[in-house]
Amino acid sequence: MEKERHVLVVFPHPDDEAFGVSGTIAYHVQKGTPVTYACLTLGEMGRNLGNPPFATRESLATIRKKELMASAKALGIQDLRMLGFRDKTIEFEDEKTLTDLIYKMILELNPSLVITFYPGYSVHPDHDATGRAVVSAVGRLPKELRPKLYCVAFSNNCEKELGSPDVIIDVSAFAEQKLATIRAHKTQTALFYDEFSKKLNKKDPDAFKWLHYERFWSYKWTD
Amino acid sequence: MQLIDKTIVQNYIDSFANKEIFIHLETTNGAYASHKDESFLNAGAFIRNAKIRFSLGKITGEGPYRIGLKLDSGWVYGEGLTHFERDEKGRLLMAGLNSKGQLAIALELSETPFD
Ligand SMILES: [Zn+2]
Repeated sequence: MEKERHVLVVFPHPDDEAFGVSGTIAYHVQKGTPVTYACLTLGEMGRNLGNPPFATRESLATIRKKELMASAKALGIQDLRMLGFRDKTIEFEDEKTLTDLIYKMILELNPSLVITFYPGYSVHPDHDATGRAVVSAVGRLPKELRPKLYCVAFSNNCEKELGSPDVIIDVSAFAEQKLATIRAHKTQTALFYDEFSKKLNKKDPDAFKWLHYERFWSYKWTD
Repeated sequence: MQLIDKTIVQNYIDSFANKEIFIHLETTNGAYASHKDESFLNAGAFIRNAKIRFSLGKITGEGPYRIGLKLDSGWVYGEGLTHFERDEKGRLLMAGLNSKGQLAIALELSETPFD
């Protein structure tokens, strides 16, 4: 994989970076590439409050903010930007305002690689709306000046409609960091982590595949 | 938050009666419910910082609990409530959490706007 100039990651929720992208981020950080992670919300409408509860609806934002900072630290991300939108509301924001905001970051950072969700194939409305705004921001640049745009997709129909992911990154060297990132979001990932650890202990091949390889679709421009 | 004690919660509800207060009311199945089961109809709603005023408010049931607030010209209703907390700002935070600790409903009352 070539060395990138700057990587810009844009997702709506703390923990979006942990699952399908953290190995890739760790890889670029280790290469000495600056990584900016712009996270649109604090996931304050998350469902997991614990049993017994460790949080209320009102205290969740503060807790998840700390987890996001711990996750960024585990990955070695130097530039973490919390953009202050509210969980579940991204699709209702003014699209131009969102696009302007991301476009400004692109001009400022001049990334050679941008990572976001594939609009239409990312299940959560916040994911799709974030992906849409990133695509329109990158699309404002003339074709030859556009950074590479890698998208995460996981809707049930994504492979059927988009084909197989064209970018597969071997992140097996960063498995520990990936797990540390997932653990950093412990209030949201504890249930997942328990299940996943069991699978790893049982040497489940799918679990290892998921841990060691990250999959992206290059955005298919129509122009 | 702790498990609801009906008497304590009833007293707290009473303390908000006949005042202009702010409400956060929310229900959710989680954003991924219909991703995991495509036949599942994902539904939910939230309203945050609506101003209400109720003359009569009650908590009922044997747990999970129901709450009804009788407004000057309408109602607020919630069911499935299991936990509560009166936080440091004097807000009454109530939630319905399933056995995995996942929120299904939140009903919160405050004399000052929520953040
Ligand atoms: Zn997310």
